Amino acid sequence: MSKLGITASQTVGPFLTIALKADGQEYIVPETVEGALKLSGRVYDGEGQVVPDAVIEIWQANIFGKYDHPEDTSDFEIINDFSGFGRSCTDKDGHFFFITLKPGRVPGRGNTLQAPHVSVNVFARGMLKQQVTRIYFSDEVKANTEDSVLNSIDDDSARNTLIAQRKEGNDGILEYTFDIHLQGKMETVFFDV
Amino acid sequence: MSEPLEYSRKSKNDHPPARYEGYKSTVHRSPQRKPIKIEHTLTEVTGPLFKNEKIDAGESDLSIVDGQEAQGQRIYVSGKVLDEDGKPVPNTLIEIWQCNAAGRYKHAVDQHPAPLDPNFTGKGRIVSNEKGEYKFTTIKPGAYPWGNHYNAWRPAHIHFSLFGPAFATRLITQMYFPDDPLFAFDPIFNSISDEAVRKRMISKFDLDTTEPDFALSFKFDFVLRGREATPFEGQD
Ligand SMILES: [Fe+3]
Repeated sequence: MSKLGITASQTVGPFLTIALKADGQEYIVPETVEGALKLSGRVYDGEGQVVPDAVIEIWQANIFGKYDHPEDTSDFEIINDFSGFGRSCTDKDGHFFFITLKPGRVPGRGNTLQAPHVSVNVFARGMLKQQVTRIYFSDEVKANTEDSVLNSIDDDSARNTLIAQRKEGNDGILEYTFDIHLQGKMETVFFDV
Repeated sequence: MSEPLEYSRKSKNDHPPARYEGYKSTVHRSPQRKPIKIEHTLTEVTGPLFKNEKIDAGESDLSIVDGQEAQGQRIYVSGKVLDEDGKPVPNTLIEIWQCNAAGRYKHAVDQHPAPLDPNFTGKGRIVSNEKGEYKFTTIKPGAYPWGNHYNAWRPAHIHFSLFGPAFATRLITQMYFPDDPLFAFDPIFNSISDEAVRKRMISKFDLDTTEPDFALSFKFDFVLRGREATPFEGQD
């Protein structure tokens, strides 16, 4: 069968917040929910400048490792109020944040389990197409060593760009930091999906 | 559980490169390392479906704010969301934003000295229907200048954001209008080297769906990534 050609990507441009910013879309769960965590960071360009006109979107499974989607046919439970999707437009200092729950482990290929992770699409002015990355968690040491995506990255410092670092010693909710470097020495690992 | 069926990979070559020097801002915002290929897992073949999203019927009409009409040429923009096999993509969220008829965005960063229109916000949303169809009523956007190079102007365009059925089908793009004299000079449009692929971003004027004494009409179909093979091939 002859395939139709896809519609190509174009940049979101500088005025993305007109349509893509709305109140509350960073909150996948309310801050008051048991186990709620804050995932935040900044976006940097290749010159170390912050990127104030980016939008970060995340997609993740719920705490049981279940995606709210018909193609996830596992027996794990769907949680009704947990969509697994969040969106955060960066502020003038390049900051983004999400309030969410740590996802459970979802199946990988070949009867493996993936480590808890959050999928990320990065869009910005100056980007003709999105870049895709993943956020893993620094306190999932054992699961991370078993994750085939993480294990496909030989270079330790590159692998570390995918690990959100848990902040120690704060009294409020759990916090993890995840900076995104679009380019340069600390360039985030991006994926071809 | 059987392995998830991958979304097509070859079609990704139609997207522009991350770095395109003609569009200057890409120079420091494009990764230098090659992206690492991930075989698709449940993570990539699932994605947000917005089943609980409340979308007002009025959100697909950008031409009226609080009963007041926006300035400019009223148009319909309609068509279908399809996948590469021509199958409709139903119930998917479409978000748009654009400048007004004079070429000005309602955004603090836009300093173009063209008039703002109090009756035009330039944003809209709709969910495609069961047949993958969508229809917006809006105002034909103007061309606007930008700082990329001397005397740089963007061809008229509407920004479109679509999700499709999976994380792997996410698309943000721009829809252009036929016969725009600025095509030849626009590095964002020309970041795509293949002329046939560029032309797919241009809508078509359609007399049949215009509304006499009311609105012109432009048709545009979106094609999102399809599956690598039919479910009957190569599946265990
Ligand atoms: Fe624009």
